[in-house]
Amino acid sequence: MERVALTLGPLFFHWPAEKLRNFYFRIADEAPVERVHVGEVVCGKRMPFSDPVWPEIIERLERGGKETVLSTLAAPATARERKAIAELCTDERLVEINDITALPARSGKPFVTGPFLNVYNETTARFLARHGATDICPPVELSLETVGTIASACPQIEFELFAFGRLPLALSGRCYHARLHGLHKDSCQFTCERDPDGLAVDTLDDQSFLAINGVQTLSAEVHAALFEPATLVRHGIRRLRLSPHDCDMVEVARTYRSVLDGTQDPRTARFVLSCLELPGRLVDGYARGEAGSRPAVTA
Amino acid sequence: MTPGRRMELVCPAGTPSALRAAVQAGADAVYCGFRDETNARNFPGLNFSPQELAEGVRFAHAHGSKVLVAINTFARAGDTDPWRRAADTAAACGADAVIAADIAVLDHMATQHPDTRLHLSVQAAAATPESIGFYADAFNVRRVVLPRVLSVQEIATLNRAIAVETEAFVFGGLCVMIEGRCYLSSYAAGRSPNLNGVCSPPEMVSYDEDGEGTAARLAGFTIDRYAPDEPAGYPTLCKGRFKAGGKAGYLFEDPVSLNAGSMIVAFRAAGVTALKIEGRQRGKGYVTEVVRAFRKAVDAAELGQDATEIDNILAGLSEGGRQTTGAYRKTWR
Repeated sequence: MERVALTLGPLFFHWPAEKLRNFYFRIADEAPVERVHVGEVVCGKRMPFSDPVWPEIIERLERGGKETVLSTLAAPATARERKAIAELCTDERLVEINDITALPARSGKPFVTGPFLNVYNETTARFLARHGATDICPPVELSLETVGTIASACPQIEFELFAFGRLPLALSGRCYHARLHGLHKDSCQFTCERDPDGLAVDTLDDQSFLAINGVQTLSAEVHAALFEPATLVRHGIRRLRLSPHDCDMVEVARTYRSVLDGTQDPRTARFVLSCLELPGRLVDGYARGEAGSRPAVTA
Repeated sequence: MTPGRRMELVCPAGTPSALRAAVQAGADAVYCGFRDETNARNFPGLNFSPQELAEGVRFAHAHGSKVLVAINTFARAGDTDPWRRAADTAAACGADAVIAADIAVLDHMATQHPDTRLHLSVQAAAATPESIGFYADAFNVRRVVLPRVLSVQEIATLNRAIAVETEAFVFGGLCVMIEGRCYLSSYAAGRSPNLNGVCSPPEMVSYDEDGEGTAARLAGFTIDRYAPDEPAGYPTLCKGRFKAGGKAGYLFEDPVSLNAGSMIVAFRAAGVTALKIEGRQRGKGYVTEVVRAFRKAVDAAELGQDATEIDNILAGLSEGGRQTTGAYRKTWR
């Protein structure tokens, strides 16, 4: 049976440089993941803080035997952000495209499409493959069944399923951290840095619901798609994407690896995950073709 | 925009009678969709059958107006035929343009119907010269409906960097999230704009009364609460009241609607080709009133009248609630 690989997706949150360095160094040394995405995808204003540390993080990851992928911004707007994307697209490493803005600069060279790019069907997937897409991580709202349908029509593309983390649900031109603190985006004071997993948003009846992260809105709950490896292979899934959080990500990666290796069943793995200090409860509705907020029940 | 050319007023037609009303009130173009999940306003009681579209096109053309057909959801994996058929039908009906977001639909139009104009839907969220240039080169897209994230200054800069026309929303409902990239509705309620053409689906809405008043809920999630004597609004996800960081309030957006009527002159100076009014869910009385007022306002702007005079023309116009110019002014961010 084909082996399903693990990918550590791009970090969505604004972590201080020192925290970034420590986190990725440990990933490099200990996490059983084949690929690691680096780079800022949510807010271009954060880039001056993290840009200086990525080179040493990349070096350490590659020394640790990880393939690094350079992720690009999901909602570029300014000239500086567009220039940053164009520069990253010239890199010899694999690049992740999260907005069509990057496509002209990367067309003809291999790239990954991230969940911010709207790949909903096989026609779109094949079109992107002709431009260089080698791997596609479809939007989070698509079920395993649907991703399998696309994958079966596109054998040349490796499909990656978003399998762990708060779900990236929306982007806006407006920064909600700034709005909450009575500020504007253009003078935001980087209040998003206070919330390393995003800031929880509850309903007026205290139901746990969403989380804000600058211009991004995520689910409050943590998506955990845990399937038997044979099920994943049958649906053409070649990689699972784990989205970084301020928790023991090495343990998260080990847990998914053990399920993929058949040494732990999904039910036990779910219990193990629920014992970690995660920012929310486990959900997996999207993977099963239901509302994304449905509690995790996969086995 | 070509210098000297009049700005085009693009108006909503949720039904054949709204189409006629918009055309008679002075719309340069109307936009509409089929009665299925190929269009992003897939609401009960709205939209057009193929025959109604053909009749609508004949009526509009006889009155000098254009018809733009929105096929702007994302084609379903393994079942893209309904989207292709919708595109074929729109072209066969003589639509002046198809508005699309999905690469599968754009590709089909470009290869099978190269003579039908193609507009890029707001759902494609193309906001940079690179992404707009890509859609223009790959599919011969002639106009882009701008995502509601750009300020009017940024639109001016963008227009100088691209070779296609731009269309900007000027009035009506306001999405605070980048359209086409929002899955909040499927997260809460299982159906979403991209997949099903619906947001905050009505069949998942409940109004539950208790001792404190009424809770407006979507799939069980409380989106807002109202005191016993307060009128309850529709629980649109991003317009609700929530708690975060020890505060409770309209976290994402106040219950406001877009009115950028005061910026018509600025849009013109920014090189915008067309102004779009939102509201395919609206009846013909509303459409007539709004289109008539904007017709006057756009004509006044074309005659060089200033913003104050245009404000006076539009003064009576309101959705009954508060209004905003949205992202067109930078402070909104």
